[in-house]
Amino acid sequence: MQLDGNVPGGPVAQKWDRHRFELKLVNPANKRKFDIIVVGTGLAGGSASAALAELGYNVKTFCIQDSPRRAHSIAAQGGINAAKNYTNEGDSIWRLFYDTVKGGDFRAREANVYRLAQISNNIIDQCVALGVPFARDYGGLLANRSFGGSQVSRTFYARGQTGQQLLLGAYSAMMRQVAAGKVQIYPRREMLELVVAGGQARGIVVRNLVTGQLEKHMAHAVVLCTGGYGNVYFLSTNAMASNVSATYKCYRRGAFFANPCFTQIHPTCIPVHGTYQSKLTLMSESLRNDGRVWVPKNAGDSRPPSQIPESDRDYYLENKYPSFGNLVPRDVASRNAKEQCDQGKGVGETGLAVYLDFADAIARDGRDLIARKYGNLFQMYEKITGEDPYETPMMIYPAVHYTMGGLWVDYNLMSTIDGLFVLGEANFSDHGANRLGASALMQGLADGFFVIPYTIGGYIAGSSFAEITTDHPAFKDAAAEAGQRIQKLLSVDGRRTVDDFHRHLGLIMWDHCGMARNNGDLGKVRSLIQELRAEFWENVTVPGVERDFNQSLERAGRVADFMEFAELMIVDALDRQESCGGHFNEAYQSEENEAMRDDEHFSHVSAWEFTGEGSEPNFHKEPLVFENVELATRSYK
Amino acid sequence: MTKSITLTLKVWRQQDPQSRGRLETYEARDISTDMSFLEMLDVVNEQLTLEGREPIAFDHDCREGICGTCGAVVNGRPHGPEKGTTLCQLHMRHFSDGDTIVIEPWRARAFALIKDLAVDRGALDRLIRAGGYISANTGGAPDGNNILVPQETAELAMDAAACIGCGACVAACPNASAMLFVGAKVSHLALLPQGHPEAAARATAMVREMDRLGFGNCGNERECEAECPKEIKITNIARLNREFLKARFFSSVR
Repeated sequence: MQLDGNVPGGPVAQKWDRHRFELKLVNPANKRKFDIIVVGTGLAGGSASAALAELGYNVKTFCIQDSPRRAHSIAAQGGINAAKNYTNEGDSIWRLFYDTVKGGDFRAREANVYRLAQISNNIIDQCVALGVPFARDYGGLLANRSFGGSQVSRTFYARGQTGQQLLLGAYSAMMRQVAAGKVQIYPRREMLELVVAGGQARGIVVRNLVTGQLEKHMAHAVVLCTGGYGNVYFLSTNAMASNVSATYKCYRRGAFFANPCFTQIHPTCIPVHGTYQSKLTLMSESLRNDGRVWVPKNAGDSRPPSQIPESDRDYYLENKYPSFGNLVPRDVASRNAKEQCDQGKGVGETGLAVYLDFADAIARDGRDLIARKYGNLFQMYEKITGEDPYETPMMIYPAVHYTMGGLWVDYNLMSTIDGLFVLGEANFSDHGANRLGASALMQGLADGFFVIPYTIGGYIAGSSFAEITTDHPAFKDAAAEAGQRIQKLLSVDGRRTVDDFHRHLGLIMWDHCGMARNNGDLGKVRSLIQELRAEFWENVTVPGVERDFNQSLERAGRVADFMEFAELMIVDALDRQESCGGHFNEAYQSEENEAMRDDEHFSHVSAWEFTGEGSEPNFHKEPLVFENVELATRSYK
Repeated sequence: MTKSITLTLKVWRQQDPQSRGRLETYEARDISTDMSFLEMLDVVNEQLTLEGREPIAFDHDCREGICGTCGAVVNGRPHGPEKGTTLCQLHMRHFSDGDTIVIEPWRARAFALIKDLAVDRGALDRLIRAGGYISANTGGAPDGNNILVPQETAELAMDAAACIGCGACVAACPNASAMLFVGAKVSHLALLPQGHPEAAARATAMVREMDRLGFGNCGNERECEAECPKEIKITNIARLNREFLKARFFSSVR
């Protein structure tokens, strides 16, 4: 089946205006008659809750954390893009649109990206009004810095804590609506099922993580803002609780999952240092402005870096990409680091790291200037590794960071289930096959503050809703399913822990569906996942009881979903016989190991439909049409 | 250099708020000094799980020191002995082979215990709800550069806004006061021009809510500043006091 993104007609620059005019409105006095559920309180969920409540809807907001302020948007470091052109460099909405489509390796929907670029300016204004302490120039104007994938400075930032400050802004706007009685917050709740009644998303079943009780909540629409699925790899830069469960449960209820194999591996993270390790920590991309990446020329050279002379060092990014050097995009930098380590030139105890060396920058600019630019990052690195990057080169290695894939949504951000809207990282829509730096924050807030308030109104005004209660059979069935699954997890009583299984799954995915993929491995790995899943249900041990604060049980449910979802990623990776952005299939590369897209056969969104456990998902295609940006091969030589 | 150490842990275990809690002793063997404190607890929990015992409940999420979810009192100090460090960023190289480590939850009247080391910090959300925001509906904001903020002011506001809401200040305070938390939020918004219109109402409402929720008063002990993992300064408390007095004497807010 061919999917229709419901993109409005007309020139791309006028689509959003035209669409907003054509969308039906809900009378202000009627809005209070409608309830909306928002799941997740990151940038997308926090801003959506605030904006919808301001309009008068009754909003019920759920989060897995103990407070809505802790969602993982908080960890974003670098910044947020906007097409303000405050720097007079010739930036424009059109340029931000173009950079984002190109950065995504031409696998995003043009109309959505254009709208994102248009809205970017409103986001900055709104966040300033909310008191976000963006960096300022001496005269009091907003400051900008540059970021990867762009030739203009369009990134707004609050030190290295931009995500934190934006999230606290959205959170404070939402808490104001809590005070006004328009938002009700349900913290420490995990969504276990979506409830679909009469073909419409009408509610959710959640587990109260403190008492262990299942709760049923009803609404006229459900807005899912539950983030990405990077933790399918076990080790990632995601928070420990980040998971695929909410989106995967919606997939099982009929929402299509789009491009699940599009994952972003960030090149500059602190390397893995032991089997006990629980997560990876990102070091901002900005370090590559001054740090030089190198490995020893000869495989197996185990001398400390200070004893390796210049003649025995290979600055491989500078040599291979003379014009972009150390500043090639994330996917290219990551693949090259892996290539060097695969050749035995990796450094450190595990051999899975490369050097990021600041010695030349310190000699050139002085220690003080480098400290002003990167002091907090150097300090963080030292805290974690116990090594001083002023004295010895940093060691870095790529790590899973972001997932471009997500639930399929149309131009209104509605999934293939009526009334189920998906925002932020949880949807697939704006970043194609590779996300540029500083654009995730932009998308989360765009969707929440400035898209959903209009499009949800169009849906509500154009729909009729049956009068139902949480006693409706759809609620009872969903709650029963959730309860049975919990009982099943608790009753296995095996010999391996949940984390042990999760770590095992992560290794399989990292080795075979990580930075580089090949058809042979992908073909074999499905059965590995199936075997591991079978063992999980026979041999996992989940201590404790259902009606309790039981963190092992929480994790068990999430890992069980990752076990199923991982297979869908493999199906998608095998189907996409090309290399693009974060998806690199070794069969499709140039002689110089660069990714080769196949626009003739794969210029489309792959959307997968659940057809039952153990049966193959159905494939649906949304063709991507590029009317405004010319398809071109990315080159960074 | 990576080393392997063995530690004795004395961990607060309490099934629920009604049950009696007690310190239980566990041995943490073969702990790599490269591990974070929470990874050390993960290792102990894996062991407990395999022995058929219940793992230690503790809150954590980002494990990079920014979400504010984690926190426990380690040897009497919130987030442990390292200055300016959250528990997830505390690494085991700061401990020695054979050490005994006592691990307890945040203790404050306003933070009810949930289980073991996990407590309910919902009171901090209720403080923000009382006034820790600027009333600016979505859509009507002027251009960002229409509001000039001197660089120094923006930096001071950012210093205060860096609070991660972990509650260590409350746990460190002999009176379990939330003055540093409230002071940081009131300062952040009072420093910025956008926050001026509601400054008086905000300071008044947040201080009243703090009393209502059972937080204690500030006794100038400065424990909060010493233990804050983000090194928020108590000058923010002084600013809160000024804002509160200004509101009481010079505004119409009642």
